Amino acid sequence: MYNKITEQDINILKEISGENNVLWGDQINHDYSHDELGGIEKMPDVLVRVHSTEEVSLIMKHAYERTIPVTVRGSGTGLVGAAVAVEGGIMLETTQMNKILELDTQTLTVTVQPGVLLMELAAFCEENDFLYPPDPGEKSATIGGNISTNAGGMRAVKYGVTRDYVRQLTVVMPDGEIMVLGGKVAKNSSGYSLKDLVIGSEGTLCIITEAVLKLVPLPKYSISLLVPFKDMKTAIEAVPKIIRSKVIPTAIEYMSRDTILFSESYLGKKFPDSKNDAYILLTFDGNTDEQVQTDLKTVADLCLNELGALDAYIVDTEERKKAVWSARGAFLEAIKASTTEMDECDVVVPGNKVDEFIKYTHLLAKELNVRIPSFGHAGDGNLHVYICRDNLNDEQWQKTLDKCFELMYEKAQNLGGLVSGEHGIGYAKKQYLKKQYGETHIALMQGIKKVFDKKNILNPQKVCF
Amino acid sequence: MNILVCVKQVPGSNNVKVDEKTGVLIRNGVQSKMNPYDLYGVELALMLKEKYGADVQTITMGPPQAKDVIIETICMGAKCGTVLSDRKFAGADVLATAYTLSQGIQKIGDFDIIICGKQTTDGDTAQVGAEIAEYLNLPNIANVQSVDEIKDGKISLTASLDNKTVKMLVTMPCVLSVDGDINSPRLPSYKVKQTVCDDMVKFLSFNDFSDQNENNYGLKGSATQVERIFPPEKNSDKQMIQGTFEEQAQTLFNILESKKLI
Repeated sequence: MYNKITEQDINILKEISGENNVLWGDQINHDYSHDELGGIEKMPDVLVRVHSTEEVSLIMKHAYERTIPVTVRGSGTGLVGAAVAVEGGIMLETTQMNKILELDTQTLTVTVQPGVLLMELAAFCEENDFLYPPDPGEKSATIGGNISTNAGGMRAVKYGVTRDYVRQLTVVMPDGEIMVLGGKVAKNSSGYSLKDLVIGSEGTLCIITEAVLKLVPLPKYSISLLVPFKDMKTAIEAVPKIIRSKVIPTAIEYMSRDTILFSESYLGKKFPDSKNDAYILLTFDGNTDEQVQTDLKTVADLCLNELGALDAYIVDTEERKKAVWSARGAFLEAIKASTTEMDECDVVVPGNKVDEFIKYTHLLAKELNVRIPSFGHAGDGNLHVYICRDNLNDEQWQKTLDKCFELMYEKAQNLGGLVSGEHGIGYAKKQYLKKQYGETHIALMQGIKKVFDKKNILNPQKVCF
Repeated sequence: MNILVCVKQVPGSNNVKVDEKTGVLIRNGVQSKMNPYDLYGVELALMLKEKYGADVQTITMGPPQAKDVIIETICMGAKCGTVLSDRKFAGADVLATAYTLSQGIQKIGDFDIIICGKQTTDGDTAQVGAEIAEYLNLPNIANVQSVDEIKDGKISLTASLDNKTVKMLVTMPCVLSVDGDINSPRLPSYKVKQTVCDDMVKFLSFNDFSDQNENNYGLKGSATQVERIFPPEKNSDKQMIQGTFEEQAQTLFNILESKKLI
C-alpha cells in the first residue's frame, strides 16, 4: 500500500534539504535501524537530516502525495522501538534542529527546536537561573523525543511530567500543513486539547518542529539523602509513609545492592556505600537552606525512628551529589552490561502498590528462574524492571520473556497500574496495551490516528495499530 | 595506631565573588564545605582504621565556624577533632598555615600517620603536607595512591610521579599527601550527627602553643603576600565547524595545531 522510494524521490528530498543532508541505502549507518533496546530492527530507505519547520512541511507534502511512510527520530534513545522505520520509507532525523530559540522571562517559557538535547536544555536553564523540571535519566535524549513519549523522570514526585511543562507546539501535519497548538498561556479551555493529544503520541499524529516549554525559578538549595535498609521490603514499604509525612521530596528513587554493584563495575567507580541490601535516595529542594534542612531532618528522623532505616547518609555537596546521582544515571546501561540481552517493563502502579509489585517481581524471578533486577521512581510508582537473558537459549529466552511480561502486566493491571509510565508503547508494547485497554479504547485511539493521518504514513504500526 | 587527617573548610562553590577593592573573597552568604581533596584523606584514614584498627582524629585551622568540617569528619567516622582558631592566625599563607598546623599537631599528641589532601580548591598550592612534614621533621610522601600494607612500623605504599608509579616503604611516623580520586569517600551519617557532642571538638588558640612568637603566625609569619585576587577571565567564544565529518575533523585538527595544543 506504500510506494517505494525512487531515485526521483531522493532527488526531490535533496532539493528540499540539500545534497549533504540526504543519505540512502548503504550510506545510512546501521544504528538507524534500531533504538537503544533493539528488539525490532529495520533500516529506513532514506535518511533526511532536517533543519526547519518549512523543510519538514515540504518533505511531508511530498511524502503525502506519494504515500511514503515517514518515521521521525531524535537521538534514538527510545526503548520500545517507536523510532524504528518498520515500513522503511523516509526517516527524518531532528538532531540538527537543535537551537534554543528564545527565553521569555515574562511568561517563564523557553522556545526550543525538537533536536535540543535534554542536557543542553537543563544547562541553559540553569545558567539563566531557571529549572526545566522534567528529569528523565537519559540526558542525551532530544526534547522532541521527550514530548513524544511524555517522558517523566526523577523529579515527577514534586514537579510532574513533560506534559505539565508543554505550553505550545508547532507541528507539521502528515499532509505538510503547519499548525500551532496551544499557546504561551497558563490556562486553556478552548476546545479539545490537540496539543495534549500530540504529547505522548510517539510520532504517530504529526511532527513536532518547535515547542514552548514552561520553566520554574531555579530552587536555590537542594540536598539528597541516601537511606540504607536491611532489605528491599523494608525500603519500599517506607516510601508511602514518607509521602504521608507531607514533606514533598523532589525525587524518591529505590535501588538494590545488586544494581549498585553493576553500576560500580560498569563505571569502574565505587558507590559511596554498598554494604546494605536496599537503599532509598531522596532529594529535597527549596529556596532557603533552612527549608531543605527541615525537610531532610523530618524524613531522616522518620526513617530512623519509625521505618527501620539503618542510617541516613547526607549527600550535600556537588561532589557527593555527583558520586551518587551519576551512579543512579548509569543503572540502565549497567544492568545492560551485566547480561547478554535484556528487555524492559516500564509499568506504573499507584504509589502505595510499589512494594507489592516489586515483591511480585522477586517471586517471579524465583518461579521462572530468571534474573529480574529493577530500580526506579518509588515516589511516583513508575518502575523499571529488567528481565535478563544471561545464558538462556533463543527458545528459552522468548518463552521466559513472554511469560514474564504477561504476568507482570497482569499484576500491574490488578493493582490499578498501566503498561507504561514514561517510555511509551512504540512497537514493543502494543499487545500489552491492547490487552489492558480493550476494543473500545483502542478503537478510539485508532480513530484519532485516522483523523490526523488519513493515509497512515506517519510512523505506521505503532502504539495502537 | 593513631592517625590524624588535616582538613580545610572552603567555599561551597567555584563561583565565589571577589571584592574588587580589597581583593578579598566575599564569603558572606556563601555556603562552605570540606575541601573535596581532603575527603580522600579522611576516607583513607577510615579504611586503615577498619583494616588495622586505629584512632582517627582530624584537625583544621580557620574561623570558629570551621568546626562544621570537623563535625563532618566525625559523621564520616572520625573519633574527634581540633579547630585551631585565633585572630593571630588570620591572613596566613601556605608557610604560616603549615607552621600553625604543626604547632597544633605537637600540642594534640603523637601520631603514627598524618594525612593531608593533595591541595585545596581555594588556595591550590599543594604544599601544606610537605611543609608540615618539614616542621615536624617527618618523612613525607606526596601523591599517595594507595596504602598497600602496614607492618612492623613501616608502610608499603604506591605513589604517583605523573607518568610513573612508585612503590615505597616508609617508616612511621610520617606525613602522607594523598592524590585525588583514589577512593570513594563515604557519606556523612545523619545518625552519627545526632550523637555529636561539644567535647568531641576541641578548640586551640595561640596561647595553647609552645611557640609564643606572634611573628611566626598569620600575616606576620607569611613569606608571601597576596597583592590581588581575581577570578580567572572566562572565555566563552564559540566557533561552529561545518562540513562533512572528514572536513570537520581536518578543520578541528588545523585549529588545535595552530594554537599549539597538539
